[in-house]
Amino acid sequence: MKLRSTIQFAAAAFALALLAFAAPPAVSADKVDPVADEKAFKKFFYDKFPKLKPEDFVNGPYSMDADLYKQWQDKEQFPPYEFSLELGKEMFSKPFKNGKTYGDCFPNNGIGIRQDYPTFDEKEGKVITLELALNRCREANGEPAFSYVRDEMAALTAYMAFTSRGKPFNIKVPNDPRALAAYENGKEYFYTRRGQLNFSCATCHVQSPGEKVRTEVLAPALGIVNAMPIYRSEWNGMGTTSRRFTTCNSQIRGVPLTPQDDEYRNVEYYLSYVSNGLPISGPGARP
Amino acid sequence: MTNTDNGFSATRRLILQGAGAVALVGLGNLPFGLAPAFAAANDKYPEEAFKQKSEADAIKSLYGKTAEVSDKVKMDAPEIAENGAVVPVSVTTTLADVTSISFLVAENPVALVASYKIPAGTMPSVANRIKMAKTSNVIVVVEAGGKLYSATKEVKVTVGGCGG
Amino acid sequence: MASTIRVRATSSGETTEVQALIQHPMDSGFIKDSKGELIPPHFIQQLTFEYNGKPVFTADWGGGVSKDPYVKFAFKGGKKGDELKVSWVDNKGATDTTTAKIQ
Repeated sequence: MKLRSTIQFAAAAFALALLAFAAPPAVSADKVDPVADEKAFKKFFYDKFPKLKPEDFVNGPYSMDADLYKQWQDKEQFPPYEFSLELGKEMFSKPFKNGKTYGDCFPNNGIGIRQDYPTFDEKEGKVITLELALNRCREANGEPAFSYVRDEMAALTAYMAFTSRGKPFNIKVPNDPRALAAYENGKEYFYTRRGQLNFSCATCHVQSPGEKVRTEVLAPALGIVNAMPIYRSEWNGMGTTSRRFTTCNSQIRGVPLTPQDDEYRNVEYYLSYVSNGLPISGPGARP
Repeated sequence: MTNTDNGFSATRRLILQGAGAVALVGLGNLPFGLAPAFAAANDKYPEEAFKQKSEADAIKSLYGKTAEVSDKVKMDAPEIAENGAVVPVSVTTTLADVTSISFLVAENPVALVASYKIPAGTMPSVANRIKMAKTSNVIVVVEAGGKLYSATKEVKVTVGGCGG
Repeated sequence: MASTIRVRATSSGETTEVQALIQHPMDSGFIKDSKGELIPPHFIQQLTFEYNGKPVFTADWGGGVSKDPYVKFAFKGGKKGDELKVSWVDNKGATDTTTAKIQ
């Protein structure tokens, strides 16, 4: 036993040494390089699906299956998120008890700005998602926060996404070690296996988009957040980005984090950044 | 739709075994029969037809006759439903004098899903979204010139859970 | 409260195409909730579209129509600016009515 592990250890050390040699000398392996990531991420998807245009990716599984695409087109004639969108518009324009509105908390009164979120707050040193910013806006105006996974938050973000439809994601990772660390942490979360199924986010959404888990066509990670929030037929209703993350973790039989936990914010930051340039398509509809 | 099968398929099997009367009495306890008098000057809601289990019984209850297959009834439905809760199905026909169009799902707890009255001047073409408990034949019946014509297509339904 | 009925009626000159989406749970009575209890049936039974005081389309629905039901049809005639009256009644006796301008 002892001898064996010693041999294994030696072999591992040797392999590591080889690796160190093989790595290009100028770039260290752990350098955080969002620009290179984005390029490589997109290239991977464009090579995997040569027939798709970049903007097709924001429509998820519907771009990967003709029969699904047709059902989606039928639904889009009068989309199921219509009621949520209207509710969101109504909520958004209705003043708080103190007379202020959501618009007062955002640049350009909150219209057409969804593509800029998440942002990195350099004062706080953390990622601020749109959902988080909305609840902070409520609390700053003396209103209780909404649940991150329920209909009110979905309605508000649906309306804000709608006013940004077609605008390219414009996520910035400033040259601030905290921002780079948050980005890197999000990336790491995305590629780390977890849960009883031992799946990472990437197992489904990078390795297998267009393929089926059981019978459902998996969406590509590229463009996946562009469509948020989504009306899912499976949910019989709307879901926020937070809801999507927590249910993903449950589906792989892992323990979901609390919505808007730092790691969820970071993974949204990472996923949004690598989809930069692709248009906002939310609110979306999904099977 | 994930729980649709619970309890129901048992009921269905009972009926197929000839215990239909018993099962129907049981269903009578559900507040199905509370259809209020509809104020508008329309035909009555076909309550009985919406209680029938099989498509044949529903068609009989609704129209009092049987339908013949016609290639003039064009149904558009997916091969595989993206989700059984929302299946877009539409129909159009070149038949003349259409007075009604009905949609049925053979394997649903209640076969009849929707029945549309088409007055003179309205096109014989309808699109709607229906629920399907499981893989099943979808049947469209068109009433034209007092006769019934139908088209059938199998739509595969798979249970949701992952993906998206 | 906002209407439960959304209507888009578009005239092409000869015909008017109508699409409607209605906010309604359309519970079939066969689905169980998370506690394993059957959710009682609650669905729209009749939906009517009237133009010039005459029905142009009537839907008789069961619990097999999807949640937030959708329907599309077309009728001859109908002028831009004219009104289309839409109303529904469900199995519990609830109703809603709206009028939509043909575009």
